[in-house]
Formats: sequence, structure tokens, C-alpha cells
Amino acid sequence: MDLHFSPEEMAFREEVRAFLKDRLPTRIAEKVRTSKRLTKQDMVEWHAILNERGWYANHWPKEYGGPGWSVAQAAIFDIESALAHAPRIVPFGVSMLGPVLIKYGSQAQKDHWLPRILDGTDWWCQGYSEPGAGSDLASLKTSAVRDGDHYVVNGQKTWTTLGQYADMIFCLVRTSTEGKKQEGISFLLIDMKTPGVEVRPIILLDGEHEVNEVFFTDVRVPAENLVGEENKGWTYAKYLLTYERAGLAGVGGSMAAFNHLKEIAQSQRKGGRPLAEDPLFAARLARLEINLENLKLTNLRVLAASGSGGSAPLEMSAMLKICGTEIRQEITSLTRRALGPYAQPFVSEALDEGFNGAPIGPDYAAPVAVDYFNNRKLSIFGGSNEVQREIITKALLEL
Amino acid sequence: MYFHHSEDRQMLADMLGRYLQQRYPFDIRNKISASPEGWSRTHWAELAELGVVGALFGEEAGGFGGTGFDIAAVFEGLGKALVVEPFLGTLIAGQALAKAAGGQDALPAEVLAEVVAGTTLLAFAHEEPQSRYDLHDVETHALPNSEGWALHGRKAVVPQIEAADRILVSARIAGAPGDEAGIGLFLLDKAAAQVRGYPMVDGGRGGELVLDNTPATLVAEDGFPLIEQAIAAGIVALAWEAVAVMDVLKTATLDYLRTRKQFGVPIGKFQALQHRMATVALEIELARSAAISAADALGQDRRTRERAVSAAKYTIGRVGTLVAEEAIQMHGGIGMTWELPLSHYAKRLTMIGHQLGDEDHHLGRFIALGHA
Repeated sequence: MDLHFSPEEMAFREEVRAFLKDRLPTRIAEKVRTSKRLTKQDMVEWHAILNERGWYANHWPKEYGGPGWSVAQAAIFDIESALAHAPRIVPFGVSMLGPVLIKYGSQAQKDHWLPRILDGTDWWCQGYSEPGAGSDLASLKTSAVRDGDHYVVNGQKTWTTLGQYADMIFCLVRTSTEGKKQEGISFLLIDMKTPGVEVRPIILLDGEHEVNEVFFTDVRVPAENLVGEENKGWTYAKYLLTYERAGLAGVGGSMAAFNHLKEIAQSQRKGGRPLAEDPLFAARLARLEINLENLKLTNLRVLAASGSGGSAPLEMSAMLKICGTEIRQEITSLTRRALGPYAQPFVSEALDEGFNGAPIGPDYAAPVAVDYFNNRKLSIFGGSNEVQREIITKALLEL
Repeated sequence: MYFHHSEDRQMLADMLGRYLQQRYPFDIRNKISASPEGWSRTHWAELAELGVVGALFGEEAGGFGGTGFDIAAVFEGLGKALVVEPFLGTLIAGQALAKAAGGQDALPAEVLAEVVAGTTLLAFAHEEPQSRYDLHDVETHALPNSEGWALHGRKAVVPQIEAADRILVSARIAGAPGDEAGIGLFLLDKAAAQVRGYPMVDGGRGGELVLDNTPATLVAEDGFPLIEQAIAAGIVALAWEAVAVMDVLKTATLDYLRTRKQFGVPIGKFQALQHRMATVALEIELARSAAISAADALGQDRRTRERAVSAAKYTIGRVGTLVAEEAIQMHGGIGMTWELPLSHYAKRLTMIGHQLGDEDHHLGRFIALGHA
């Protein structure tokens, strides 16, 4: 047992910290720190800075433009970035599609799409869920019918995160209705500008436009945009879901959010003392801190077990997804509680950059309830936590 | 033992339910909630006409109700329809005024008559930016002058304060912040008040009250016992509103479990969800019992009343979070949308936890009140 980073890893951590200090724009970090709305331009700007350093596609193999990091290095980068209030890398192109293309794409697809992911030419979004296919994703119905050199796509995708910005969408589509439902699914790349593609916003309970519905009506997609083999898309989809192991538990983001919570608990007063010293609140904070420490080490154990380039057992990925999202939700819940009455005002414009009105209550109050409600999504998306628990018991019980 | 509303109260509840069903459906509610005013004078007047305001006050205050179970019947109805109008502030301020009435000063009784008639709306401005649910933590102070009193200080997150014609404000006449003695109650004309209003997470509006040499009329010199009793009535109201919101969330979630199909079956066939739904249902029944107990205790001695009220607020805080989170989770993505009424009920239930003391505050208070 050696729970510590090696001297090389410690040196790497210093390198990451120096880079973040030097290159992460203060303006963007401040927005992340204060939970202001990030624009597409903010995210594109940060991606470009990372790409220039060669750290954007940080889990891609070296020959495709990745830095060749170990899993420990990737974890260090994830944590340090979050603690420095860097935006999370938008995962759809670089973390989701990229690895699928690298493993299953044709040479022509890799040559065409991977450089465009790296340089930000294409903003990708994900076309998986449908109104009738959520947890039961394999029951998806959006159809792709071969017509000469094209597929003709009809159907509807939903919960498409940041689809309003997207140039391209990678979709799971049904190419066969024979046999098991998983066996008739294909993985197709679709240009969002193709006639027949329509994006409609879904406003979430916090009033924000983050997700969309995407409708396909007789959309003609070049057959060369099929990834891998027809009817093998489910295999690629599953690979994608387990790929981004280093970031799966969101440890860095939770550490940063927990630090913020501790600051708030120090600044809020209860009975003339800091809230952090209120016995009931202190107990809630302590439980959370212990759980977070346990998650951090579990995350490292899973990463160590999966090794460089290997893949974590499905049930371990599922455990990290459950623990990581539940801890993050508990942090947002406790932050909401910490604010007391000032969790109630809903000053949406205070979340925009450049808002210079006086805050209602403490200056950190405005995003807190919004974050709490928004983060209810964590236990729903990416395979709901119920589905993750099914995965765990299926693997353990072997019934 | 009899665990139903009396016939009179049931008639009031039925009438209120019918009115809200017909005149206050969810799309109308959302329009009112998001309007610049954040409430509807028309609906207020019509509800007052039906006796909904009068039911909140006893005969001595010109009403025809005012007990814990009258308040319960009204707020249960309001909760089902997610009503944003200023009933809570009017209840709390009116209850405190009713206790202040009967002296030589005619003002409290006059104001109450207007309140019951539906022509005057009240807000209760007591909490302060630093007070965090502690009822005696009053820093706002009152200074006598030749015309009466002038108030100095800040009041925090007052629900629907912009809608109020008069604001009942607590301010220190004597003593230090934290003392129970020396807190006076003052009536303030809306016209004299400096208010910064804003929308609330759960709909409607709230506001900050800035008092800077603001003229006001003293209605009670020893205000703390009045404040505590009026807040107790407010907590009974919130408890019953919360239980009604929980019932709506439960019904909607059961309906979703029955109709949403995944893997070829209604998702309610999955035992993991069945057991969680069962937990939600049983916790709601415990919360309902706590709300009944608090309503019953409202007319009893201080210790009995306050223990029951804190027990109820603790319970609805704890159960409210569970029910809101589970309702969203079992609905999945659709439960996260603005379009579905469910998310607004979940937000209201969560925000009730931030009004008049949260779960931890009332747990601590229950301990302090002695549980032997």
C-alpha cells in the first residue's frame, strides 16, 4: 500500500498548477467560481487554450494528439482544474465521440473528425435518449433506412445537452428491428445543418436552457458517416459510457464545491457563531467530508485497478457514478441549507457576467438554489442511478 | 377520536377547492406567479369574498375561525393549487394584530376588519439578514420622536411584501439583540416603506425592507410572545400546505409509475421503485400526523404548543426534501422540466423548508424546549 503520489506525479501536479495559474483566464475562472453562466465562447476559449498545450484530449493515445498521461495524471489534472475553477471540458466530442472513433472508426473518419474535435471546428452533441427510451435506451426508435449512398433518418432525440450550440450530433439509430433490440442499433454521425433537423429548447425547472429536443424528418445522412459496422452501435455506445473513468466520479468538482460550502458555513451565522460550529450543521458537514474522502480514495483505487488504457469493470464505473453524483447532490443540498432564508430569492440576471446590481443577501447566494435544483439531473442522466444499481447487482449476483 | 375536519371546515375546504380548480388552474397560477406583481388582486378579493381570509381569524378579530384546524383547512387547499397570494403574511401579521387588539388603541381592530373584508393585505417583516430563524434576534430598533416612532434596520426575505398595504414590523424598543424582552411590534404603511422586491424560486415575489428613520405606529410593546404565537400559526399553515403539496407529488408520481413504460412494463413494476414509493407514502403519513398535532397544539400552553410546532416543522422539512427529491428522481428527466407542474410543486416544498426555520433549527429548538 502506498497512498501517496510518486515524486514524478507530484512534479506533474506542480506543472498543472503552474499552467492553470498562467493560462486559465481569470475572467472565466471567476465565472466558474461564482457559478455564473458560461457562454459557448467561454468554453471554446478554454478548450483552445488546453489544446494549445496538448492537454485537451488528455485521455487520447499520443498518436492521435493526446498527452499520453497515466490514469493518475489524468486524475491529478481533473482535480487541479476543478480546484482552480476551470470550466469542465464539454465531453461530447473529445471525451465521448473521440475514443469511439479511435477504437472503432475508419481511417478516413479518424483523419477527418479527430483534428476537427481538437481544434474546435465541430461542436458535438449526443443523440441517445428518446421520449420512449430513457433508462431502457436500447428500445430507441429513431430509424435510419439505407437509400443508396445515404441513410434516411426519422425520429426524435431528447435531453440533448447544449444541442443549441452543436454543429454535429452522434446518434444511436435503429437500422434493424429483427432479433434482440440491442442488435439493431447503429452509430451515426449527423450534420445538424442537414435539412430536416430541428432543435427545440427544453427549459428546466431552474429556468435555464441547457437541454433540447432534436427532431429528424427525412434527414439524408451520407453512408460514410456510419461508425463501425451496421447494427453494432450498442457495443460502441457501451464502450463510450465506460470510457471517461478519470472524470466519472467528478471528484475535483465536488472538492471545489465542498470548499465553497465550507467558506459559506464559516461566513453564515447561527446564534451568533459561525454556522460551521452549529452542532447539527457541523455533523452534516463532517459526514459529507468523510464521504468525500472515501470517494476520493475509491476513485484512485478504481483508476489504479483499471490501469493505463485498460477499462474499469462495469460495476466499478457504476459505483463511482452513483457515489460521485450523490455526494455532489448532497453538497448542493447542504449549500442550499446553509443559506437559510436567502436561498429563496430567484435573481436570474445575477447569474450573467457583468451583472452589477447589489446582491440579495450574501453575494454568493444567487446561484445556490439554481445549482441545487439543476443538479438533481446528476442522478438521472448518463444512465440513472437506478440503472447503475442494476448493473452492480447483475454483476455481483450472477443470477 | 375523530380525524376529519368538522362539517363547517369541510364545507369551506370544498368551496375553496372548487374555486381554485375552476379559477386557478396551473397555467393561470404560473402566469400570476411570473407577472410583475407576482400575485392577483382579483383572486384575492374573490377568495376573501368566499370567507377564506375570515377563516384565519377568530371572532374577537372579526373573523369566524382562527383555530389551528381552520388554518389547516385553508392552507391545505392553497397548497394543492400552489397559490402564491399573500396568505401567509396576512395570517401571521393578522394573528399578531389580533393578540394586540382589545387595548385602548383602536388601530389593530380597524386594520383587522379591513383584512377580513379583503381590502387590506398584510406582510409580516420580522426576520433579519443576520437572524437565521432566531425569533429573538432583532437588531432593528425603534426610536421615539415627536410624532411617534421611527424605525431603523433591515428585514429579510419577506414574502409578498410588495403586495401588502400594511406591514407589521418587529423592532427593538429596549434591550440587546438576542433578548426576548424589549421587542415592539409596529404597523407601517406600505407607502412609507422602502422595499427591494424580487421573484422567488418557488413563484411569486418577496422583498427586503429597508428602514431608515421610517415612521411607524406602535401596536404592542411586549411583542415577543405575540410573535412566537403568530409564527406558530404560520408554521401550522406551512405544515398543512406542505402536506398538501406532498399529496400532489405523491399522486403525480404514482400516476407516472403506473403509466410510464420502460423495458416493456410500467416502471411501477420494478421493486426498487415500489419500495421507495412505499417509503415516500409512509413518510407523508407521518408528516400529516405531525401537522395535525401542531394544529391541535396551537391553542394549548406555550411549551406544548412550541414543541409540537417545532416537531412538525422538523418533520415536514425532513420529509419534504425526501418527497421532492424522490418525485423528481422517479419521474426522471421529465420531472426536471419547467413545463411539468410537478417541478414547481417540488420547488415550493423545498422552499417551505427555508421559511420560519429549517429542519435543523427546529430540531435544535425541540431539544432546547425539553423533551422529557
